[in-house]
Amino acid sequence: MEMVCIVCPNGCRLTVQQQDGQISVQGNKCKRGEAFAVSELTNPTRSFTTSVRTTVKGYPVVSVRTAGEIPKGKLAELLQLCKQITVTQPLPTGSVVAANLFGTGVDLITTTNMESANE
Amino acid sequence: MDFDVVVVGGGPAGLAAAIKADERGERVLVIEREARLGGILKQCIHDGFGVVRFGEKLSGPEYADRFISQLKQTKVQTSLFSFVTHAEKSEKGFHLTYVCKDGVKNVRCNRLILATGCRERTRNGIFIHGDRCAGVYTAGAAQNLVNMLGVMPGKKVVILGSGDIGLIMARRLTLEGATVVGVYEAKPTPSGLTRNIHQCLHDFDIPLHLSQTVTRVFGEERLQEVEICDVDDKMRPIAGTEQRVQCDCLVLAVGLIPENELARSLTVPLDPCTKGAFVDQNCQTLVDGVFACGNALHVNDLVDYVSESGEIAACGAASGPRKLLNIDKEGKLLYIVPQRLDVNAPADKVVMYFRASEELQNQCLTVSVDGETVFTKNYRRLLPPEMERIVLDLGKAATAQRIVVRLEDK
Repeated sequence: MEMVCIVCPNGCRLTVQQQDGQISVQGNKCKRGEAFAVSELTNPTRSFTTSVRTTVKGYPVVSVRTAGEIPKGKLAELLQLCKQITVTQPLPTGSVVAANLFGTGVDLITTTNMESANE
Repeated sequence: MDFDVVVVGGGPAGLAAAIKADERGERVLVIEREARLGGILKQCIHDGFGVVRFGEKLSGPEYADRFISQLKQTKVQTSLFSFVTHAEKSEKGFHLTYVCKDGVKNVRCNRLILATGCRERTRNGIFIHGDRCAGVYTAGAAQNLVNMLGVMPGKKVVILGSGDIGLIMARRLTLEGATVVGVYEAKPTPSGLTRNIHQCLHDFDIPLHLSQTVTRVFGEERLQEVEICDVDDKMRPIAGTEQRVQCDCLVLAVGLIPENELARSLTVPLDPCTKGAFVDQNCQTLVDGVFACGNALHVNDLVDYVSESGEIAACGAASGPRKLLNIDKEGKLLYIVPQRLDVNAPADKVVMYFRASEELQNQCLTVSVDGETVFTKNYRRLLPPEMERIVLDLGKAATAQRIVVRLEDK
């Protein structure tokens, strides 16, 4: 089958063949492409970015992302979780707002450096 | 106040330029119109930034933060909430007037680096007729509402334009609970990076309609419907193919135009292909002392290269008078940057960016100096939305008459 590697902007077009439990990948410019194809066929994962509410002046919302990849199927649950989070103080980039998402060991971290209000 | 360098714009290009100029021991001022540094990266909360530069998939704000933290370690001065209203050149350098919280200020500098980014094409820019209702946004405005202000621009969304920004907004609005009815693209091929077609549309079952465009909007106060038309191979709407699609929000991701008002006021000649300035290998425009970088120079698809061009501009301090030679492009090239070579300046590592003018297979790019080939590279596939970068050794071009960059079938 054909697929497009989404690891980096190169977007390598991969040809993936599955035979006797063996997955062979062609068309990848780097080894991350092979890992991507294998994961896509066995346990597709994504990193997600979204935002959560805050009560901090100047920041109605603050951007967050999963610090690593989580199973693609967990997205809906993650969005529900994000709706329940409110950040109440200015946080530096990389602050954990939800730890160990769904037991994956991956944290949800902020990605904006919330500096004190500048207006 | 006097500075060696004034950088206009505190986005990725401006930040990189300011840090580099400071490193070289120059006195630097960054003039930024917004409340915070970082430019458009502040609202680009999706990841994928910095793969080339840092080998990591950062979000936009994180990428910006790396540079902002670094900037704070330097002597660079920044003036936020500041807007340059006038620029003038004299024998003593450049005189800028800007408005800021303290009122109107004047500053003089030897070199001016324009890192003003780009702006979005609007509804009027692409001649969408119809009612003047609420609910029609550019993609950047919609992104700002969602990602900075936490406000949704609509519930049922039509997106026009399949460039990266359109695709990323399709995913973002879906994640926030809106229904994206479809992404429409007037061209026969998608404009965004292939990976974004996959991770933004296919992952969320958002339909992509090619060779179709929005021709009219309807709605008394709020947008209610848009008219969609098929287009011919010249992207003209075909009469009789009109159909109506219900929505309360139209997001326009229909192109970016380098912002060059200041450049124009300094009579900097602009390239009709890039809509940015003509520059030499140091990002110096045809006006001595004026540099252009980032999206003000040409619209990039990777921020990593925006930062790179900022650094190139910062390093381009002239040591003597320039001698500019045209770099001609031939074949199916949409544009090349730089378009000039200063043969009096070092030219052994010239970073050149180019785009193909159409989707092409099995191409060969050659660079020749006075008929002698100095660089060749083969490409299996080239797409206009995917910018290419090469590094050339044009050190031997000092006495050359003609440099040609040519893209042709292999």
